Amino acid sequence: MEVQAAPPVHQAPPSTQPPHLLPPIFQSDTTPQLITQGAEALLYRTTYLLPTLPCALKYRPSKPYRHPILDARLTKHRILSEARVLVKCRREGVPVPAVYAVDEREGWVMLEWVEGEVVRVRVNEWLRRRKELGVEEGVEEEVLKGLMGRIGRAIGRMHGVGIVHGDLTTSNLMLRPRSGDAVNGEGSRNAGDEVLDGEIVLIDFGLASQSSADEDRAVDLYVLERAFGSTHPRAEGLFSELLGAYGTSFQGANVVLKKLEEVRMRGRKRSMLG
Amino acid sequence: MIAIGLEGSANKLGVGIISHPSPGKPAQILSNLRHTFVSPPGEGFLPKDTARHHRSWVVQLVKQAMAEAKVTTKDVDCICYTKGPGMGAPLQSVAVAARMLALLWEKELIGVNHCVGHIEMGREITGADNPVVLYVSGGNTQVIAYAEQRYRIFGEALDIAVGNCLDRFARTLEISNDPAPGYNIEQLAKKGKVLLDLPYAVKGMDCSFAGILSSIDVLAAELKANPETKDPITGEVITTADLCFTLQETVYAMLVEITERAMAHVGSSQVLIVGGVGCNERLQEMMGLMAAGRGGSVFATDERFCIDNGIMIAHAGLLAYETGFRTPLEDSTCTQRFRTDEMFIKWRD
Repeated sequence: MEVQAAPPVHQAPPSTQPPHLLPPIFQSDTTPQLITQGAEALLYRTTYLLPTLPCALKYRPSKPYRHPILDARLTKHRILSEARVLVKCRREGVPVPAVYAVDEREGWVMLEWVEGEVVRVRVNEWLRRRKELGVEEGVEEEVLKGLMGRIGRAIGRMHGVGIVHGDLTTSNLMLRPRSGDAVNGEGSRNAGDEVLDGEIVLIDFGLASQSSADEDRAVDLYVLERAFGSTHPRAEGLFSELLGAYGTSFQGANVVLKKLEEVRMRGRKRSMLG
Repeated sequence: MIAIGLEGSANKLGVGIISHPSPGKPAQILSNLRHTFVSPPGEGFLPKDTARHHRSWVVQLVKQAMAEAKVTTKDVDCICYTKGPGMGAPLQSVAVAARMLALLWEKELIGVNHCVGHIEMGREITGADNPVVLYVSGGNTQVIAYAEQRYRIFGEALDIAVGNCLDRFARTLEISNDPAPGYNIEQLAKKGKVLLDLPYAVKGMDCSFAGILSSIDVLAAELKANPETKDPITGEVITTADLCFTLQETVYAMLVEITERAMAHVGSSQVLIVGGVGCNERLQEMMGLMAAGRGGSVFATDERFCIDNGIMIAHAGLLAYETGFRTPLEDSTCTQRFRTDEMFIKWRD
């Protein structure tokens, strides 16, 4: 019997992190500290004006895989639209970080530093602790339901002011510690439930746009629903809590939920040909 | 253990025979044959013609595959076939052939999800352990990652598949469908230089290609009406090659972007490209540049495994067979709609 060897035709050797050089104005003795490499941007922690005022520096290096014309077009468009959208959200009272400074040609924007952790990490932590404690799925989920409700209302708030996010995932929702001793009466509490405490702050508006179209809003929810289902399969059933809270969050939310059913059907149809 | 796999979800009929020597050892490909139904330029493949093609070739291909593999019916443990997703009529014709073989040879039947077949074959061939998978073909555009016994879909095309967009543009240009419309677009694109403006439609980890196809069709019609049109930036005369170049640069940038987003989301640095469009060298090159920027690597296979084939069905089917999965004769149906995440992946941790 003959063995047919088929080596991978294109396999780059794993390399170390490439040197993404920041624009010259950030190259000083206090180099910003790299926090995370997202899909599009590098996020650094540095300070703004005062050494005591922390800020997030979001830098979009050019993408070597993209055609230079397309790359420049997308980078400029996304930096500017992100800044515009954040300013609008903040003016209307949607919980988002403030914009400190922006240079769309160099591809960076400086934002308020948001304390806390992303929802993905917190939900996984909560699910893990429950599993350790041997709590069954479907019981004593009030605190997670509460969180889903807060997320639904925050998204509704954003949609209500005419913004769609474009990339809603549990990695783009922060839980910021509440200042002081804010009480959140969300039913019976168990040990470990405090990991889901905090105020929802929406982050990463890199794909956001100004739109009041039900279609765009529904796609926003659909993207989050799918990301939620694939990231936290064990908590997938609670997404209806989020939608319930969303439905009461602004005028016209129910129309969006109707539209969402349409978008879901379209998504499902994708399994057609091989 | 040895399995024979029959694939016919679209215009390719594939028959492959695989052997899994023992746990932990790499699979051995004993034979992997394919016959493609090629439609004339300007036309797609219709279900009834494609099914007729599969019906008339399947016996010959199975005989040939058995001879090439040097196995007899006694050596074969199970018959694997594509349950879906795909076009109804071609799927049915191949399912009938699989049932016939199962009854004739008195073997077990295994219905396989086509997408899972692609993923498992890609993992086997490249050795990628737990990659983010970009599955791109004429009918599917999905970004997939494995979690808790399922291949979960993180992103996908919200309307037509990327391969469908390319195929239909090939029809607009009336270029040959032999060996594949996408291949001929790729060759034309190599001669293109001018990047024209097209919509760029990424929504989170999802994307959309229908608007892009409409726009490039409009550009093609304009070019046909005024063949002397010059690019305002470079002053060069715009050609159909430039259209193909623009289309490829735009849609592949979108695919690489959604893949990168999924990688960032799940924290993976490996990416595996499967499906017919995965053969495209420009897509592989762009994906390689992206992965290198994340300190990772890209895994891809050549046309034997990227394009629909029988061996991947045999491989995924045999993995399922080894964990005790069976498809009883009365359940050996096929379905046009079969989500990647519907299949329970018992053979992975």
